Amino acid sequence: MKQYLWTSILCLGVFAACQKNDKPEFTGFENPTHFPTATYPFNSNPVTEAGFELGRKLFYEGKLSRDGSISCGSCHLQSAAFSHVDHTVSHGIDDKLGTRNAPAVQNMAWSSTFMWDGGVHNLDMFSFSPIENPVEMDEKVANVLLKLQATTTYPPLFKAAFGTEEINSMRMMQALSQFMCMLVSANSRYDQFVQGNNDALNATEKEGLTIFRAKCANCHTEPLFTDNSFRNNGLPIGNDKGRSRITLNPADDYTFKVPSLRNIEKTMPYMHNGSLHSLDAVLDHYQNGIQQTPNLDPLLTNGLALSDAEKEQLKAFLLSLTDNDFIREPKFSEF
Amino acid sequence: MTFKNIFFALSLFTATLFIASCDKDKNDIDPNEKGSMTLHFDNRLGNADLVLNTGTYNNALNQPFSLTMFNYFVSNIQFHNIDGTTYTVPQNESYFLVKESDPESQEITIDNIPEGDYDKVTFVVGVDSTRNTMPIADRTGALDPAGEAAGMYWMWNSGYIFLKMEGLSSVAPLDSASNTNLFQYHIGGFGGYSSPTINNIKTVALPFGSTKAEIRTDVAPEAHIFVDAAKVINGTTNIDFAAYPVVMFNPYSTNIANNYANMFAIDHIHND
Repeated sequence: MKQYLWTSILCLGVFAACQKNDKPEFTGFENPTHFPTATYPFNSNPVTEAGFELGRKLFYEGKLSRDGSISCGSCHLQSAAFSHVDHTVSHGIDDKLGTRNAPAVQNMAWSSTFMWDGGVHNLDMFSFSPIENPVEMDEKVANVLLKLQATTTYPPLFKAAFGTEEINSMRMMQALSQFMCMLVSANSRYDQFVQGNNDALNATEKEGLTIFRAKCANCHTEPLFTDNSFRNNGLPIGNDKGRSRITLNPADDYTFKVPSLRNIEKTMPYMHNGSLHSLDAVLDHYQNGIQQTPNLDPLLTNGLALSDAEKEQLKAFLLSLTDNDFIREPKFSEF
Repeated sequence: MTFKNIFFALSLFTATLFIASCDKDKNDIDPNEKGSMTLHFDNRLGNADLVLNTGTYNNALNQPFSLTMFNYFVSNIQFHNIDGTTYTVPQNESYFLVKESDPESQEITIDNIPEGDYDKVTFVVGVDSTRNTMPIADRTGALDPAGEAAGMYWMWNSGYIFLKMEGLSSVAPLDSASNTNLFQYHIGGFGGYSSPTINNIKTVALPFGSTKAEIRTDVAPEAHIFVDAAKVINGTTNIDFAAYPVVMFNPYSTNIANNYANMFAIDHIHND
């Protein structure tokens, strides 16, 4: 009998240990050592496990849309680095189409402006926009709050995250920010290489990195692969004037935010209007497709001088920016 | 006189003092004492009270119109004392949204003003640039885009709408979505966050004239402010409903802001 008891205790112990391994301790936001210091004001909204979990649930919550059909995750798919793979422009409620390509949600904690035109300058104020946009989620945030208050699931989650069951816009937005700030992509083979693992990139990819640093890094600055500026990269111009919609400055006509290239393998189609459908098309554009339009970035006046061999090397390097840990991380997924 | 009697006399004397102080003269000002004052924003159109929906009016270009909405922010309120000092309402408590559709919103009562005689109030029509860029935790009450400020915030271009006037005019083109001859003036623009752009922040100074606001612990004056909605569209620039049925975030909006900066006037102050 005594023997059974000891065996049982031992089994319980092993079981408990396994459980612990299944769910690693929540470590909060960690600034990768090879990244600059994040700009998000964590002092006003520190990431907690309960806040992050609430934010994750909200990110995948259909109640954020008028008819329950669309969540943030509908157009920002983890498998596509939280972008909308294969959709030229955002595809919202009632199958309405927006005017721009849904960008990847990654490394938000280092971004000081949001949207292709930089119209939003505070991550906590961002989510109002897609929720209330008539062609995206077409709902009112005030009504979302009422819907969440009417559930039995959300009040305890708000209590766990913020101390009381009160559900207000500040708490909702701060929880979403906590989730979005945790979406850090910093472990591609490129990252391993710059942190000292010389074998993380092969010879072709290293050649590609050298070309990249010479010809692309002015705008797509490492390690975030964007300098957060707004530029006209020589696409054929359409009705969308980009940044000048916000600044009302004609000198900003047709300029759009320089996107990060991290996980570019997964975020097709490319450009603010989703007009280029492959990396080859992107490289062809910079090699010989630049249109001479108002405010064309001076760095692109003559396109980028690239041989076909260099394009292949560059492409090989760009594919090394895929971060499979990020794309597969279970704690970022809906379920 | 016994000790007991002295004590009694002293008590009586003290009590008398207290009674006297309660009955102090209105002219006695103790800046350490605080009082209240109400700003009553009485929205009008020309010489008549503004009536949404059913009131019919003509603009300076003799175009007929009615109004369906008239909202504006009042913020950063300061009271100016005749002694040269000013009382600035604490920043966090100094944002108000006045809506013609909500009579309660038209009476703004400010507490904790030091006793004194005041001859002017100044305020911002709109929301200052600093508050436009503050964290979400500082956007409660009148500034919550999911609360009181619903409809008064540009989500795609972060910033508050300072003044929103909407209405109908037979000369405005037919709006296909609503099937009405709609005009919409949504005026904002705090100057831009990282790149400078239009700034429609207007500071208004309203002198009280000959009657001062005598703020005391027991006197809470009211400033009756006439707000002439016609001056949004009539003024230095007379707004043509046919040519400019929709003015939102664009350079022309500065004309409307310049107009409405003149729409406030003190009608009278009362101290009772």
